[in-house]
Amino acid sequence: MINGVGREIPESIAGIKNIKPYSEPFSYIPTGCLTGPNIIINKPRSEKILTSIDQAIEASGLKDGMTISFHHHFRNGDYVLNMVIAAIAKKGIRDLTLAPSSLNSINEEIIPYIEQGVITAVETSGARGKLGQLLTSGKLSKPTIIRSHGGRARAIECGELQIDVAFIGAPACDTYGNINGVEGKSACGSLGYAMVDAAYANKVVAITDHLVPYPLFPISIPQTQVDYIVPVEAIGDPKGIASGALRISKDPRELLIAQYATTAIEYSGYFKQDYSIQLGSGGASLAAARFLREKMKKQGITASFGLGGVTAPFIEMLEEGLIKAVYDVQDFDIPSIESMKRNKNHQEMSASFYANPHNRGPIVNQLDVVILSATEVDVDFNVNVITDSNGVIMGAVGGHQDTAAGAALSIVVAPLLRGRLPMVIDQVHTVCTPGETVDIIVTERGVAVNPLRKDLKENLKAANIPLMDIEELRDIAYEFAGKPDPIQVSDKVTAVVEYRDGTLIDVIRTTV
Amino acid sequence: MLQIIQPSQAGTVESNDILIVLTPASADKGIEIDLVSPVLKKYGRQIRSVIQKVLQEQGIEAAHVSANDRGALDCTIRARMMTAVERAAGEEVLG
Amino acid sequence: MKLRRTMMFVPGNNPGMLINAGIYGADTIIFDLEDSVAISEKDAARHLVYSAMKTIKYSCEVAVRINHISTPFGYKDLKTILAVKPDLIRLPKAEMAVDIEEIDAIITDAESKHGFIPGSIKMMAAIETAKGIRNAYSIATASPRMVALAIGGEDYLADLQTSRTKDGKEFLAGRGQLILAAREAGIHAIDTVFGDVNNEEDFIAETTRIKEMGFDGKSVVNPRQIGIVHEIYTPTDKEIDHAQRVIAAYEESLARKSGVVSLNGKMIDIPVVKRAQRTLAYANAVGKSERGATL
Repeated sequence: MINGVGREIPESIAGIKNIKPYSEPFSYIPTGCLTGPNIIINKPRSEKILTSIDQAIEASGLKDGMTISFHHHFRNGDYVLNMVIAAIAKKGIRDLTLAPSSLNSINEEIIPYIEQGVITAVETSGARGKLGQLLTSGKLSKPTIIRSHGGRARAIECGELQIDVAFIGAPACDTYGNINGVEGKSACGSLGYAMVDAAYANKVVAITDHLVPYPLFPISIPQTQVDYIVPVEAIGDPKGIASGALRISKDPRELLIAQYATTAIEYSGYFKQDYSIQLGSGGASLAAARFLREKMKKQGITASFGLGGVTAPFIEMLEEGLIKAVYDVQDFDIPSIESMKRNKNHQEMSASFYANPHNRGPIVNQLDVVILSATEVDVDFNVNVITDSNGVIMGAVGGHQDTAAGAALSIVVAPLLRGRLPMVIDQVHTVCTPGETVDIIVTERGVAVNPLRKDLKENLKAANIPLMDIEELRDIAYEFAGKPDPIQVSDKVTAVVEYRDGTLIDVIRTTV
Repeated sequence: MLQIIQPSQAGTVESNDILIVLTPASADKGIEIDLVSPVLKKYGRQIRSVIQKVLQEQGIEAAHVSANDRGALDCTIRARMMTAVERAAGEEVLG
Repeated sequence: MKLRRTMMFVPGNNPGMLINAGIYGADTIIFDLEDSVAISEKDAARHLVYSAMKTIKYSCEVAVRINHISTPFGYKDLKTILAVKPDLIRLPKAEMAVDIEEIDAIITDAESKHGFIPGSIKMMAAIETAKGIRNAYSIATASPRMVALAIGGEDYLADLQTSRTKDGKEFLAGRGQLILAAREAGIHAIDTVFGDVNNEEDFIAETTRIKEMGFDGKSVVNPRQIGIVHEIYTPTDKEIDHAQRVIAAYEESLARKSGVVSLNGKMIDIPVVKRAQRTLAYANAVGKSERGATL
């Protein structure tokens, strides 16, 4: 069947239940109730602390065929996922579904365990390097499910993704299981992704390298959700968890793109007192933060709130009073972590509060402006952030679908060509974010406004930016690079991309 | 018509560039191109075609070309080939 | 009115920079075959620039800085590059009118050979020695193709046996002579490169200073410098307003058939009217060519 973005979705896919093709961003109406963990009793002064991960695996009752989860707040400084899976493999447990909030290149260590059948299915926001290649190749017995942050929260809360055991890397944990992410040597700031796992998984194991006396505060994940605690030497590498403040790009091309993007925001009609903003963590986004800051100062505009993925430039604006409050699902650098710790206007939020489309309203619904990146964009404004030019999984959907759908103004920034690769093409290899939720594409050679947004097109005429049709951008790209030969794919579906509402927006097949 | 009398090299492995190593080959071997490229699937055919074309235009019927591409556009590939051919032939190449 | 507020140097041996040179809004881009290219790569740069110019449509003026014709590379540069019709040939280290005359003749031949409109390829000269400064006027008028004179940086300082200072005294003599020669010849005067891209403060000071001296523009080496120069060269609202009122007073005096032009009780000479006309024409030209908000 052909779905709402013109992609072929097979009627049935081995290993995927309940296929619903994507239709429109908000057309699917959910039914049913929220799910939850089994009810248990925990007597006063019960002992939750275990001596080893092995013990925790036993105590959790983990068996063949179950589903385990992890957060990715430590990014490439994470030790927990690899450690736990190695321990699980040693115990001879097999056929597990791995459902982390995302995967990074540090997780390539688990490839042997996938090949050995310890893990036979993966549900994630994305994957990089060799792991991404493996998931694309289809060697797992079930197709990989790719979900956005909001989509994952939705799936967990409604029971489509039932987590049997959640292993949570806890930067600070007290002796009864209260957890926060702002203290300890492996501090990471917000635990937004982990908060959902902790609330809905059947068993929750906190793994910490900073066990503190009871009680801990502030509390991000409460003791009421935590079954077991395992103290270990190190849960992550601080250098991989948080960088020193990210430096703003000096690349003149990225600066030009950022300049056009901020000018577009300025003339869009949304740039006014108390507007709200979300920025990515890429080079052009950080540069845009700086330009926006200057414009806001010049015009005396302050933002009512900012959303992130939080980085130091955002914190600067918070501390200068240019942004009233920051809502934070993930921190990238030390200044951001420190800010969450000290500033009461810097609030942690769960992935569900952030982006789950099936609750009483996530905060993305209130967002005015978001700046996003892309690996490819097509003439229908569909965006690919998951596969590269060779059709291999190398990125992550993250909050892309969620913010694009929720924000009043969604801007995608990218260079028109990356090396020889055109970024604006006829058809993206994989649709992650549907074109009708994407308003403006900004490249260094031109800016295209979605024809659906006649209001924006009108407002931007006054801005001094090179406006053109998206087809013209594609033509310019093809003129430079040549029209690319198509990538040949087989029939075998090796991954499915869910839209945030659980429908299928595209599938990924092995390349020939 | 130019003759390749010595091995030559042109270009770099920087982004947007292509490193060409040109070596003489016996007439029966014809033109052999070894291509490495991050965009092999989408542009491999076109890259080879540009390399062939430059050799053809200069009347070179036999050569071994080792091409290490880093996302070079056709105009860059053409320029690097012209330089490599000129250095291999010891004669000026125009247009 | 042709603007040359910024002339951006682009190393000819860098494919990535050649491809993207035109997007940053410089009035002129200068593809360099000379000082930024190693001797062993002169041939490679020549081919890269040739190929880029043949394939890519640049929307601004395209200049090529060739090697001096006394080097083994200059004539080859001209032979190759003229075939792809640069807008402007920049000769470095110009010292005498005869340098210009010789190149003028080569260009004339090439225009005829390739069927280009005669005179369509322009020239400019960079003066980098004391001798060149002394001959500035004769260099500027050596050919009708000449549209600009520039003063070179490090080579000039070496010739003068001095070095850079914050307030530019070392360039006092040279800049002064250059602007006089260029003005008398009726062509553009372009100031030297400011290499410290991170030092915005001193760059702004130097650019303001040379603009006040009468220079039409500045050579730049990094896109970040373009917005700064363009902002300094943009007439302020105050200047435009004043110019408009001067013109109005002038037109009113014409209507009254009075020989005296006055504004706010003050008499205005013809040179003032001429300056006002130039300001408005310049403001118009700038308004048309600006792309993107200034940084």
